This record gives sequence, structure tokens and C-alpha cells, in this order.
Amino acid sequence: MVEKSIEIVGLTKKYGDHVAVDNLSLSIEKGEIFGLLGPNGAGKSTTILMLLGLTDVDSGSVKVCGIDTTRYPLEVKRRVGYLPEDVGFYNDYSGLQNLIYIARLNNIPIESAKKAALEILSEVGLSDVKDKKVISYSRGMRQRLGLADVLIKNPDVIILDEPTLGLDPEGVKNFLQLIVRLSRKKGITVLFSSHHLHQIQQVCDRVGLFVKGKLLAEGKISSLAEQLFSKNTFTIEGAITSMPKDLEEVVIPINEVVKKMNQLDGVAEVGLSDKRFVAVSEKDVTAELSRLIVKSGYGLNHLSKKEYGLDDIYHQYFQEEKKHDQKNV
Amino acid sequence: MIKKMYKTGISKLTGMKFPEWSTMVQPFSVLRKSNTKNDFHLSPFQVMVQKEIADHIRNWRFIILFAIILLACMGTLFSTLSDSLKTLGANNSESAFFFLNLFTKSDGTLPSFFVFVGFLGPLFGIGLGFDAISSEQNGGTLSRVMAQPVPRDYILNAKFLAGIIVISVMLFSLSFLVMGAGLIALGIPPTAEEFLRIIVYTLLSIVYISFWLNLSILFSVRFKQSATSALTGIAVWLFFTIFYPLIVNLILKGFEPSQYASPNAIYVYKKLKFYLVQIMPNELFDEITSAILVPSVRSLGPLTMEQIQGAIPGSLPLGQSILLVWPQVTGLLALTLLCFLFSYLIFMKREIRSRG
Repeated sequence: MVEKSIEIVGLTKKYGDHVAVDNLSLSIEKGEIFGLLGPNGAGKSTTILMLLGLTDVDSGSVKVCGIDTTRYPLEVKRRVGYLPEDVGFYNDYSGLQNLIYIARLNNIPIESAKKAALEILSEVGLSDVKDKKVISYSRGMRQRLGLADVLIKNPDVIILDEPTLGLDPEGVKNFLQLIVRLSRKKGITVLFSSHHLHQIQQVCDRVGLFVKGKLLAEGKISSLAEQLFSKNTFTIEGAITSMPKDLEEVVIPINEVVKKMNQLDGVAEVGLSDKRFVAVSEKDVTAELSRLIVKSGYGLNHLSKKEYGLDDIYHQYFQEEKKHDQKNV
Repeated sequence: MIKKMYKTGISKLTGMKFPEWSTMVQPFSVLRKSNTKNDFHLSPFQVMVQKEIADHIRNWRFIILFAIILLACMGTLFSTLSDSLKTLGANNSESAFFFLNLFTKSDGTLPSFFVFVGFLGPLFGIGLGFDAISSEQNGGTLSRVMAQPVPRDYILNAKFLAGIIVISVMLFSLSFLVMGAGLIALGIPPTAEEFLRIIVYTLLSIVYISFWLNLSILFSVRFKQSATSALTGIAVWLFFTIFYPLIVNLILKGFEPSQYASPNAIYVYKKLKFYLVQIMPNELFDEITSAILVPSVRSLGPLTMEQIQGAIPGSLPLGQSILLVWPQVTGLLALTLLCFLFSYLIFMKREIRSRG
């Protein structure tokens, strides 16, 4: 049996009448990189605060590394590194001093704290600015210092709350690579919250989609689509060109072709505009489509099967929700 | 005689060895050196207190406040000394507690030492505490520290303890400075009673300033903006030093008995006047100061003629003086603890998010 790093059962948190986290159950395995995806205000941060015992749990239970957070928050904090959203440092201190302070709060003697801090600073690429005051650090440097800060206590689990917020694309890329590298190297479980789809897609093994305090779906990104949308998960895009007129072949009007496409098994909808078409289907019909087009006397400029990205899952989910709401009204 | 003692005092001073500067900058380095073999290190709480103290001492706010208080006290000290030197020979009954006069008397150009401490002390306390929690919250460092394996009250306790340590060091050094200056200038050592009275006075001023420290920490826990908490602290201070006495006067105007009222009515009126000001922390402290530093003070409230009858005019021993202000001391301590309790309650239940 795989060891569970984080186990959440029936977690609920209310602020007055507003339910921030609604009966959430989730488990994350050891060594996994889990992405918590959701729009702003979905309850991601609140869930993370409850994981660390920084806010009261209304009902349900949270276990991190098999330890109940509500009962033994200190034990959990010893094993969990937490990088808050928009982390702050003591600006009058250097990066190194900030790290040493945190290490000493973890009961690491000052000598070994210094050694560990220097090691980690070089690992995150900050050794050349270690003695500068944090106030002079750039956003990216602060974020990397935050990661160093999380790693200095040798955690089993690290929790990153919107760690890429405010970084430039290059910075995001480097930061994400750093997380993956360090987590794989040390076998650390990572819980990563973000509302940026691409970033989660890049690094996470599994994803939980979080909306209005509820976990809508969880799993690998590919399976996430199937969970959310029971049918019509494939989208095939293509462009048709008409062949030169002098070829003696029967040319069927394009509208006819579209009709035929529609009749294919599994195709739900075909849209055509100016020789480009988009077919939405239940199953993979790429091969059938291409054969049909060529048979009909057209050329196929390109044909691509669109993989579902989180973007689409995200947007489609919200579109469906809107429709749902309208129906209810 | 005086001259001789003056000289020995100086020669002793020059003979003193100053500790090396490095050990003064890092007060714990001595400890650490002697204990490295036993793998000595400070516990997380001690680390936090150490950091807070270092932050206070490096802070410009502290340096400026300290400079103001130091200058004020030095100013009064010199004016008192120049004045006292003249009157020393002539005066006899007062000079029994000459050293205490250094703290209470002035020549009128500057207020005396205890007035300065009573006036600037609250500002100092507020200055040390008003952004204790709110600055950490706004800087985003609170959630970072709270994610470490330290109990939540550590941060509050560390802030409070560091503030008290800084205040104690400052007040004791000021008191000893005044005493030392008096010793050098006059050549008369303080009696044991005087010395004890000064120590008790210093300890009680620490309690008084720590009340304001706690009050401002309470505001810093309650309010998210440091400016709000600082202004609220100063508002409370102004209320007690300026507005509350005005209000008390207004109330008392209504109850003022006529010139020909019965002694009983006058007594009740005086009692009312006494009790109305008892909720003011600065009034409590004033009473404590006067009882401790002026041994001839025998009562704080109104006395009837029967009570005075048969009393021998003279000074009280220290134990009796302390007994006299025991209610005030208890009140001050209770106010301090109350502030601490409330900040504790608010803080422990608080949800700690990053930045607000």
C-alpha cells in the first residue's frame, strides 16, 4: 500500500453563512506533486491553512504524514514546509539571516543552521546575494528564497500557495523546474495551489479541480476531462483545400461533406467556416474523417486532434455551469 | 571629606576594565563560547526573544525615544544637582533622604526625573509595542513564522518579554546613572533604604511602562494597520493624561459642597474625587511614585482629623510605604495582565493568513 502524505476527510469550513470549504475529501500519496487548481476564492488557501492548523476546522479531519493536524499542529509543522502566498521576509535582514532564523526556530543549532542555509541558498541559486538585505531582492529572488526557507527544515511535505504569482514567464519556468527537481531528488510530496492552468499542467502528477469549496474532479489531467464531461471529449480541427479544377473527379459540395461527417459514428457536431472545420466527437474519429475528406475529392491541409488542456477543462466547466445556472433561473 | 570620596570614586572609575566591545554587541557570544562543547544552543523561544531585542535596539524609533528620555533625564539631573549642592548644607530634615531628592526635586527650570519617566514612559511603551503583531502581519512574516514548529503564543510572549527586557535595561541604567552621577558629584553614598526605594521605584516603573507596552501590543493584535494601533495607543494616553481629568473636574463641579457644608459631606466629596481618578493608570503610577520616593507621604486619599490625631510627623519605613500603595500596585498589575489576556485571547483564535 502506498503511504499517504496528506489525508483529508469530510473537511468543512464556514465563515458565517459562507461555506469556504465544503465536505472536502482528498488524499495525496508520498512523493507526489499534486496541483490544487481553482479560481480565486475557491477555498484553496483556506484548505491549506487548515492543513497547517493555522485556522480552525469546523468539521472533518486532516492528517498530514499520519498526524492529526488539529491535535498536534506542532508535530505537523515540523514536517511540513509552507510557502504562503506573497511570502514576507524580515527586510532588514539578509537572505542568509532570514534562513538561519527560521532554521533556529526549528531547533537547529546555529552552526548547522548556517551550513544548511548556505547549501540550500546555492541550490536555489541565491548564493551570490546571500548577504544582501532582502529588501533589495527581486520578486523572483524572494520566491526562491521562500523555497529555500521551506526546504531548510528538511520537510516531508511542502505546500506552496500560489508560488508563481507575480513572476515573469521565465521566472515561472525556472521556479517550476526547481520545484520538480528538488522534489524528485528528495522524495518530497508537493501540494501546489494555483489558478494558472499551464503551470499545474507542466509540473503536477495529479490535479484536483477546486471550485466553490468543492473538489469537482481529481486525477491525471487526461482523465480529468473524462470525469468532467461524460461525452464529446474529442475535438478535431482541420482545414480543407479544394483540388485543382482540371482533375477529372466528382467533386461533392462542401456542405455535403459536412453532412457526411455528421453521420459518422460518434460525431456530435461539426462546424465549418471558410474551409476550416471543427468536429466534436465522443471518440477518436480522426482516421475516418481524413478518409472521408480525401474520398470526397478534397485535399486535407491539416488535421489535428486537440488534446484537452486544463484551459479547456476550466473554460468548459464554467460555461456549463453558466448554462446550468441559467436553466435553474 | 566630600572631596576625598569624590577622588576615590573617580580613581575607581578609571580602574574599571571595560568588557570587550565584541561581547557587548553579541551578548550571547560569551555564553555560546563557554558551552560549545555541550552542543549548546538557544531554544526557539529564546531565539525569538533575542531577535526581538536586537530589532528593538537597532530600530531608529527606539534610539530616538531613548535619546529623548536620556537627554531629559540628564538635563533634570544636572539642574537638580546644581540646585542641591547649594542647599545641601543648609537643609537638614530633607537631606535625610537626599538621594531620593535627585529623583523628585527640581529647581523649577525642568521637571524632575520621575515626572519625565511618568510622562515619556507611556510613549516609550507605546513606541515599542504598537506594531508588534501588525507589522509582522502586513509584512507577511507572521504566517511564515507561524508555519514553523513553535506554539502560537511564543511570538506574543517573545514580543512582550523582549519589550520588558529592553525597558528594564533602559530604566535601570537611567536610575543607576542618576544615582552614580549623584554619588560622583556629592560624594555621599545612598543609604540602604534609599537604594532599596530607588530599586522598588524602578521595578514599579517597569510595571507601569509594560502596561502601556501591553496595551499597544493589544492594539497591534486587534488592528491591522500599525498607524491605527499607534494612534489608538496615543489617544488612550492623551485621554488619561488630559481629557479624563477634565471630565472628572466637570463631574466634581456638580457635587462640590458649599463652604459651610458638614465635614461629612466634604469627606464624601473628597473620597469621590479620590476614587474617580483611581482608574487612571498614570494616576496610579503617580501615587506609587510619590509614596515610594517621598517617605514622608503617609496617605494618598483624604484623611479625617481623627486619623491624623496622634500621628508623629516623620517618614515611613519602606515596607510601610509599599503597603500604602499596595492597592495601586495591584491595580496597575491587574490592568497590565488584563491587556495581555485580551491580546492573548484575540491572537490565539485568529486565523493567520498571509498579509491581511
